[in-house]
Parts: sequence; structure tokens; C-alpha cells
Amino acid sequence: MSIDSIFVHKMWDDNELSKMVKGGVPFPMMSDTGGRVGKVYGVYDEDAGVETRGRFIIDPDGIIQGYEVLTPPVGRNVAETIRQVQAFQLVRKTRGGEATPSGWKPGKKTLKPGPELVGNVWKEWTTDLAFEK
Amino acid sequence: MGEEIGVGCARPTGGPVGKNLKEEKETKNENLLQEENMVMVGKPAPDFIAPAYHKGKFIEVKLSDYLGKWVLLCFYPGDFTFV
Repeated sequence: MSIDSIFVHKMWDDNELSKMVKGGVPFPMMSDTGGRVGKVYGVYDEDAGVETRGRFIIDPDGIIQGYEVLTPPVGRNVAETIRQVQAFQLVRKTRGGEATPSGWKPGKKTLKPGPELVGNVWKEWTTDLAFEK
Repeated sequence: MGEEIGVGCARPTGGPVGKNLKEEKETKNENLLQEENMVMVGKPAPDFIAPAYHKGKFIEVKLSDYLGKWVLLCFYPGDFTFV
């Protein structure tokens, strides 16, 4: 979603993005002329008249589980976004029975919060697990 | 989900939909407005409708039509902005 019109979206997809992604952008490119939706989400920059690089993870109940907002010159990390979605999906599937510690990715160890784990995370998890290996 | 829309010379625009809309128009208190509009993790994503371009067609997207699915909502400064 940006403040561009749907006509400009079409031109961008036709003339540039479709050269990078076969078949063009697979998801809807939304238009928010006037930034009215962006204002509600806190990503509309009044001075510049554009929206910043906001990214919201919304779960199947319509609840915001996470967001990240960057200033325009820095691009996002799509792999990290996907990792976060996978983590939220796991938590949802286990109904909160499992939590994903820092650095978790699919296949890595989760933690099961409960009375026994209080003060004992050091036995289950080490700081090197927080980093990519 | 994603009804095709007619296209004219006036640029179609969307906007927020839902319970706070009326107050938003009536109140002039900026601080109050900001608090009402604050998005927060663990809280519902404000609903909206927006025109969109999708695979050769102009459609209308409503966020609440995606209930039951995981949604990534991305904002960016503008088309052709490089990164």
C-alpha cells in the first residue's frame, strides 16, 4: 500500500516489477491516496506526504501480532518476516503452550512456559542459540 | 474478496471503516484522535477498504475479508522508490 494511484501501480508492475517477478506482483497493490489508512496505522509521514516502510503481521482473528517500521532508504528483510510468521503460527497452533526464544527458527528448540521453567531457562537455552549458525 | 471495480477519471480512494469513523470526523481534538488510532500488538488491526491493482484488474480490497488468513500488510513510500 502506498499513496500512489492504482494506475501508477499498474505502470510500475507492467514496466519494472514484472521484469523481476515472473507474472508480476502476485498480491493486491493497494492505493491509499491521501494517506488516510496510513495515518490510522501510524506510518504516514505528514511532512513528506508519503508512507514509511511499515509492515504488519495480522493473524486470522484480525489481531496485529507484530509490526516493523523503517524510514524509506532501508529495505526490509523478507526472510525475517517469514520467520516471525512461522513463529506466530507455531505459538497459535500450540495455543501458547510453546514459546519461541530469541533466534528461534523452524526446527530449533522451543520453550514450554510453566512453573518448572521459572529460573531454569539457562538449563534449556544458551545465548549462542540467539545467533544464526 | 476482491470485487472488480469500475474505473473513471476521478481517482477512487478508500479509507478506514468501522466504529471510530464517526468520532474521527466530528472531533477536532488531535491528541484524542491519535490515542484512538494508535495501533498496538495484541489489538485488532483497524479495518479499511482500498482500491488495488491485482493481476491486470482493478479491485477493491477490504481488510476484514481476509479474516481466517494470515495477512502481511506492507506500506512503502511510493512506486519506483528503489529499495
